[in-house]
Amino acid sequence: MTLKETAVGQTVKVKKLTGEGPVKRRIMDMGITKGVDVFVRKVAPLGDPVEVTVRGYELSLRKADAEMIEVE
Amino acid sequence: MAVKIALAGNPNCGKTTLFNALTGSNQFVGNWPGVTVEKKEGKLKGHKDVVIMDLPGIYSLSPYTLEEVVARNYLIAERPDAILNIVDGTNIERNLYLSTQLMELGIPVIMAVNMMDVVEKSGEKIHTDKLSKKLGCEVVEISALKGTGIKEAAEKAVKLAESRKAAVVAHEFSKEAEDIIAEVEGKIKGMPEEQKRFFAIKLLEKDDKINEMMTNVPDVSAEIKEMEDKFDDDTESVITNERYVYISSIIGDCVTKNTKEKLTTSDRIDRIVTNRWAALPIFALVMFIVYYVSVTTVGALLTDWTNDTLFAEWIIPGAQSFFEGIGCADWLTGLIVDGVISGVGAVLGFVPQMLVLFIFLAFLESCGYMARVAFIMDRIFRKFGLSGKSFIPMLIGSGCGVPGIMASRTIENDRDRKMTIMTTTFVPCGAKLPIIAMIAGAFFDNSGWVATSCYFVGIAAIICSGIILKKTKMFAGDPAPFVMELPAYHWPTVSNVLRSMWERGWSFIKKAGTIILLSTIVLWFLMSFGWESGSFGMVEELNNSILASIGSAIAWIFTPLGWTNAGEGWKMAVAAITGLIAKENVVATFGMLYGFGEVAEDGAEIWGNLAAAMTPIAAYGFLVFNLLCAPCFAAMGAIKREMNNAKWFWFAIGYQCGLAYVVSLCIYQIGTLITTGTFGIGTVVAFLLVIGFLYLLFRPYKESSSLKVDAKKVVSAK
Repeated sequence: MTLKETAVGQTVKVKKLTGEGPVKRRIMDMGITKGVDVFVRKVAPLGDPVEVTVRGYELSLRKADAEMIEVE
Repeated sequence: MAVKIALAGNPNCGKTTLFNALTGSNQFVGNWPGVTVEKKEGKLKGHKDVVIMDLPGIYSLSPYTLEEVVARNYLIAERPDAILNIVDGTNIERNLYLSTQLMELGIPVIMAVNMMDVVEKSGEKIHTDKLSKKLGCEVVEISALKGTGIKEAAEKAVKLAESRKAAVVAHEFSKEAEDIIAEVEGKIKGMPEEQKRFFAIKLLEKDDKINEMMTNVPDVSAEIKEMEDKFDDDTESVITNERYVYISSIIGDCVTKNTKEKLTTSDRIDRIVTNRWAALPIFALVMFIVYYVSVTTVGALLTDWTNDTLFAEWIIPGAQSFFEGIGCADWLTGLIVDGVISGVGAVLGFVPQMLVLFIFLAFLESCGYMARVAFIMDRIFRKFGLSGKSFIPMLIGSGCGVPGIMASRTIENDRDRKMTIMTTTFVPCGAKLPIIAMIAGAFFDNSGWVATSCYFVGIAAIICSGIILKKTKMFAGDPAPFVMELPAYHWPTVSNVLRSMWERGWSFIKKAGTIILLSTIVLWFLMSFGWESGSFGMVEELNNSILASIGSAIAWIFTPLGWTNAGEGWKMAVAAITGLIAKENVVATFGMLYGFGEVAEDGAEIWGNLAAAMTPIAAYGFLVFNLLCAPCFAAMGAIKREMNNAKWFWFAIGYQCGLAYVVSLCIYQIGTLITTGTFGIGTVVAFLLVIGFLYLLFRPYKESSSLKVDAKKVVSAK
């Protein structure tokens, strides 16, 4: 499962990040790394992007990018 | 000798507040050379010889955003005497990530944990002594907002800078990773010991911009392979992971969390403000208030007063009679009154409105709502290569393009910002309304669809430009990941809001003012001088001016646009040029050219003459040309200021004029074909242009993955 498919209100653990390059680096720089807990907080009114809580703060990312994050 | 201290930290960590508190009014605000990233420098209060450099807010020293490249190039090339690393105490885990990278630069580091008042209130505890031991640098507690602890932090930073004791890296990665890093460090020759770790890690990360900063680059492909095999991931991710693993391992010791999970005020606000159903109505309301106050009521009142009363009734007539009274030569009076003073007026007239808008923007930015604007609007705007935050410049642009362009400053991403600057003036602004009214009245029986269609043309121009431009080489280089922090809401301080307002307003006056003034004077000269009754001098009639001659000389350019039906194309050209001073001038110019003198705002007197000179289709093309082409000088000054780069400025202006020409050509040629069946070479060209346009619009496109910045150029940030 990826973070994109995670329902709002769920907390998941990051298993792996696929892909490479700037977007992946950016996502990891912001603290989404292997083993961290991510809480999916809400989806924007127009359906994209999503807001998640990670390492105690709020982060927003696009669903296309959330697809790179494998969770369990 | 002067001591240089660099202020480094994440965005939203209170860096600006701290910088303002440390330097007071002793600031210099500018841009880093060649890029649009803001550069702030100041002298520490009470220390004339201590310079504080405010680096752009960054999350990491990766090579992927302009801010990061600027900041790390400064740190590596200029090597400040000390780094004051500000860390948001309420968000310490992610903030420490940057700290672990700063520690590796081999520059003395002192850490200031900010927002300690909020941390204490929430019942959390940060053990700075433990943090200090685990990270290998001195740690002080501060609250930049309340002003506590900042003096001590500054004093300690100065002392540390004078001692020149490089930071000792205390954090550690896993043994496997450390071994490989040590191997690479061993391969780096001719570099001080304390800087080796940073470069070793950058080499391992395959950082393509680091080679330019090293004298000899060792081959580390074996180590990269070893690391990738051992960890089954790319090296960049391995290192990032190691940093967070270390932070997670110490965070338990250093921070005592409040176990009771409770909703903060910020959470509660956010629940409502970005709620699935309430978000859009709230957004619309906020935007309405911003627009209503800064464009329609207070802003317009102030601007009208400055333009119509202060300048038009007091200063200009006053100066006029003063110079006439002292017997000044006509041309000199003209130069000073109509050239210089009107030029200054054109600059200053926009300032009051702009300041009102800037107060709103500063408030929205510092309270945290601006990030939510991007969150809410992203879905729509990113399709056109714009940011969700582009909404505000465009909304303001429908009132006046000048503050609209200046409002683009709130967009962090360089590509999105440039795109916004280029397209904002396509929205019909208030000054274009008289042109619309004139064309609608003269040709279309005052039909309402003319004005409506203008807004659609503007929006279509923005959308198509966004899609076309993002596929061009100019924009292809910069990746735009939308991974954005949504900072906690907080109440901004009055002084920060006012300071931000003033900085932006002043930079408009200073940077945009010169070009506006200069071009107004040049155009004044072209309009008031010429050949009349056989000799060169000041002319009574606009028809005899140099500008009229220029208009005649270039009228052929507009023949394919159908402006020259009755041999009066030069009048259209002249009117379009005077529109550069201010768009409403187009109507007044027609009045003068057709010998009516003063005309009504919609130019009702000249409707008959215009109708005789152009077909309705050509007239609509003329209208669209004026909507899309280069905006007035004031807006061009704003574009120049915000682009901060001559090449980009001319690209923007050239693109706008080119698009205006092509679109109105197609409207005239194809429109004429439909209404009269005339088919000629122009029609063929128009169809070719349409096909070319469609190709540009629909050709495939791949997002680039590397930042196209000349790192060497940014280095010379002196």
